[in-house]
Amino acid sequence: MANQGVDRGRRRFLVAATTVVGGAGVAALAVPFVASLQPSARAQAAGAPVEVNVSQIEPGQRISVGWRGRPIWVVRRTPEMLDLLPGIRERLRDPDSEVITQQPEYARNQYRSINSEILVLIGLCTHLGCSPAFRPEVGAAEMGADWPGGWLCGCHGSRFDMAGRTYRNQPAALNLEVPPHRYLSDDVILVGEHTEGGTA
Amino acid sequence: MAGNTADKIQGGVLGWVDARFPLSQLWNEHLARYYAPKNFNFWYYFGSLALLVLVIQIVTGIFLTMFFKPDAELAFASVEYIMRDVEWGWLIRYMHSTGASFFFVVVYLHMFRALLYGSYKKPRELIWIFGVLIYVVLMAEAFAGYLLPWGQMSYWGAQVIVNLFATIPYIGPELVTWIRGDFLLSDATLTRFFALHVIALPLVLLMLIVAHIIALHEVGSNNPDGVEIKQHKDANGIPLDGIPFHPYYSVKDLVGVGVFLIAFFAVVFFAPEMGGLFLKPANMIPADPLVTPDLIPPVWYFTSFYSVLRAVPDPFLGVIAMGSAVVILFFLPWIDRNPVNSTRYRSFAHKLNLAVFVVTFVVLGYLGLQQVTAFYGELTLRFSVMYFLFFWLLWFHSRERSAVFSLASFVVLVGVYSLYDVTRFDPANAQLVFTAWLLPTAYLFVTMVVPVFARNLGRDRPVPERVTA
Repeated sequence: MANQGVDRGRRRFLVAATTVVGGAGVAALAVPFVASLQPSARAQAAGAPVEVNVSQIEPGQRISVGWRGRPIWVVRRTPEMLDLLPGIRERLRDPDSEVITQQPEYARNQYRSINSEILVLIGLCTHLGCSPAFRPEVGAAEMGADWPGGWLCGCHGSRFDMAGRTYRNQPAALNLEVPPHRYLSDDVILVGEHTEGGTA
Repeated sequence: MAGNTADKIQGGVLGWVDARFPLSQLWNEHLARYYAPKNFNFWYYFGSLALLVLVIQIVTGIFLTMFFKPDAELAFASVEYIMRDVEWGWLIRYMHSTGASFFFVVVYLHMFRALLYGSYKKPRELIWIFGVLIYVVLMAEAFAGYLLPWGQMSYWGAQVIVNLFATIPYIGPELVTWIRGDFLLSDATLTRFFALHVIALPLVLLMLIVAHIIALHEVGSNNPDGVEIKQHKDANGIPLDGIPFHPYYSVKDLVGVGVFLIAFFAVVFFAPEMGGLFLKPANMIPADPLVTPDLIPPVWYFTSFYSVLRAVPDPFLGVIAMGSAVVILFFLPWIDRNPVNSTRYRSFAHKLNLAVFVVTFVVLGYLGLQQVTAFYGELTLRFSVMYFLFFWLLWFHSRERSAVFSLASFVVLVGVYSLYDVTRFDPANAQLVFTAWLLPTAYLFVTMVVPVFARNLGRDRPVPERVTA
């Protein structure tokens, strides 16, 4: 096993070339494994829209329905609740719904809804995804006297107003998301499909 | 001792094996002729106890796998089936769930031992790093296992932790979808967590433990005096203050095993839920993606870090802070540059620092289990700051510091968090903020400023040449 006739340059080239080709092979092989962890075709197909009849919701009441495994809240807001919304602008992080991912264009208004009375939200905190508790009472005991009603997330203490807008200086940075929805009639909402002409 | 075969050729079965596999050599190197310092104390039980819990977890885990169904529709019911219908199933499951908490009890005490006696310092840096890696993998293992019963707490706990990754700018939301394998936490998530929990992470854990022990046996064990026993050897090259691990410490550890098993089974039989700390009542309700329980604290062994997350108002910065609280442990050998290993011979200031760190870790753990209020929120922030100040002080106490440097760094540190207090000033809770402000300030004052005026409080003591007693 004499080492004399060794062409070192050639050996280095072969080692480098083998490493690069082998590395590319490993990377290529990793693709199917990594991609297999993506949502499957079945998971992507799931999630049909759901119909919600809002005629039975009392003023001030909130109902929850499931859509794509997520809680959807539908609230019939009272005029008092709506009147309180403009007054708390200063305490909110995004009072004008400027973050466009959080609601469809047709819900990008002062009430964050198509019909000012009926609010439709995805009931998951934009911080880490807990479902916040409904605290509609104005000045509720543990919320402080200036509480205008809304939601409190038990996990990390984020607060949202009656339009799902987030307060300043708290964990959640984004307003609660308004799902795509449209009115099939005055009393029936279809959650999961956009209002005609509307986009996300 | 590869020389063994030359001076003593064994016959019989052992000789036959030794000629083909280094059985006697392994036995000698790691047990019969592994010389450990003769002055091990109480704190040295926890390494072997961690191995014992590992065995309990693997054995009970194998049996649970035979009955558990990793399917979102069936998982919860299969755990009920184990608890009610499988012969002794309740015992096997309670051993596994209690074992998880005891694993962390033992590992935390084991890590504290390293802090106490400087066991992470040169030449044991890699032992420490392998150890912290074991700790991190253990956290992942516990987290994945906690999802499997598919109860409310499993579901929402995992929801929160998985969503931590969503706070990463740009790639976050995509990354979370990839981790979950669905647009919400679902069956796809359960099955992959099951795979990680029963095979992938345990394999990594075992390999890391082997690396941890090989590294330990390469450099030798530290001891409560923190002196190097290899510097004083007899004519045969055996450390004068060393005794063979087997039989001396194997027998000593058996006592620890006995006491441990009494405590362990007392919990398994009489308090397997530990008042909601080990198993939470909300987890006895099947997972419901539409309803979050009122309070979803993580299991107790995560709550200290969870508090750090909650202390920061910004989501991504909160995750960074929480991550740093774990990652900073890796750098411990290079943060604490003090040549004195054992706290026995370290200054009063360092002893106090270590004591405050223990209190801080426990208080943060408690706060992480509580509902957020203004008072708890303020405490969480202060103790989170104190958690990180511990590491600063560890570096600061690497040697005796000048009066100027001590005072200047005190002023700068206090100034930094006071400045933050000014930006969030709110007259409504000014008194609370100021009272809480005293906590880290008093801590820094006693550990940094007082030693300037009472020099003996900041001075380390001489270390003996050989181990004491």
